[in-house]
Amino acid sequence: MLAKRIIPCLDVRDGKTVKGVNFLGLREVGDPVEMGKRYAADGADELVYLDISATLEGRGTFLRLVSSVAKNISIPFTVGGGISTIEDASALLLAGADKISINSAAVNNPGLITQIADKYGSQFLVVAIDAMLIDNKWTVVTHSGNKKTTLELFSWAKEAENRGAGEILFTSMDHDGTKRGYPCSELRRLSEMLSIPLIASGGAGCVGHFIELFKGDCADAALASSVFHYNQICIPDLKRKLQENKIEIRL
Amino acid sequence: MIAIIDYNTGNLFSLTSSLERLGAEYVVTSSPEVIRAADYVILPGVGEASSAMAKLVERGLDILIPTLEMPVLGICIGMQLMCKSSEEGAAKCMGIFDNEVVRLQGDAIKVPHMGWNRITKLKSELFAGIDEGEYLYFVHSYAPNVGSCTIASTEHGAEFSSALSFRNFYSTQFHPEKSGAAGEKILRNFINIKAKRECI
Repeated sequence: MLAKRIIPCLDVRDGKTVKGVNFLGLREVGDPVEMGKRYAADGADELVYLDISATLEGRGTFLRLVSSVAKNISIPFTVGGGISTIEDASALLLAGADKISINSAAVNNPGLITQIADKYGSQFLVVAIDAMLIDNKWTVVTHSGNKKTTLELFSWAKEAENRGAGEILFTSMDHDGTKRGYPCSELRRLSEMLSIPLIASGGAGCVGHFIELFKGDCADAALASSVFHYNQICIPDLKRKLQENKIEIRL
Repeated sequence: MIAIIDYNTGNLFSLTSSLERLGAEYVVTSSPEVIRAADYVILPGVGEASSAMAKLVERGLDILIPTLEMPVLGICIGMQLMCKSSEEGAAKCMGIFDNEVVRLQGDAIKVPHMGWNRITKLKSELFAGIDEGEYLYFVHSYAPNVGSCTIASTEHGAEFSSALSFRNFYSTQFHPEKSGAAGEKILRNFINIKAKRECI
């Protein structure tokens, strides 16, 4: 049986892993390659690296980082952040990324999903969706929730799948950063309507949240960052507890 | 020397990095002379079966590969092209293994089959030191059925061949180069297989 996946996510700016305490304060938490190696050794199933550099120099640094990750780490990794053209996707593929994740670029230009999937295959493409509950409707947002779109979460996820996405990564902006758990009922609904894997992101605060997510069969994978970066949850311990709860997991 | 066959299907970075971590010497090539002279050959590949097969045919490699006598390892699409045929794009493949590649099907499964799954019923020197039920990393929507060449099986909806072997030919549906320590052990086992030229 396919194991549920645990995916640490690393935000990278100018070559360093950072973690936002809020929008103003970004704290450096370590070297991305060394952290990735440690997570892989601890039993992480995949890694996600998100480029949050705002400058061209930062982007160049990120591309070199992708190659260094590919050279040093023998588990799959996804990269995202700032990908808006097929050329961006090609550069990351050549640098050694296993998958790329696109978010606002897909919202602005849904044809990009088709274009990337046709050229490099669905297995290379994760479509990340940020959404929040506005007037009782799950509305797709971009720019960390600052920009509303006219898209609705469930129909947009289905459209992304139909256009060739290989996986959907869903973050609820209402849960992200709260450490109160994943939005399980929305995830379950998404998972049931999609035939491609679903990654839950945002909201994990304790081991119980992962158990709830997987026990309810709400997602195929769970992504988290700060609980791992700050050692609030260590992966070997998390995986043991998931296994004790009869969840299929790779130990 | 290991020849990694380059026929323009996807990125070889993970595979070459993995071989470098093992300290193995390799060359990435589509030259028949270089491939024929290698001690080991790896046929990688991602993408769609019929177009990948067309790229082998364009280079005449579909004729060359079945005649090779050193240990040959197909990975993912590379494996599928070594089977008899694939449902994906109705491709006629090289027919080294007598297996048919079919779309993964079953109740309540997600396709692509993406992530870590167990390999069982292991029977090959390729799996020396690998435990029954070890997890390896898979990314695919089609897979070979189970047959006499099957040396490992995996369950996703139904049982399929996660590894095949016949004479000097080996193949895996999973990606050893993305499968952490277990995957590296399988790659190391492959490059430790003694050439079996005399048997053929």
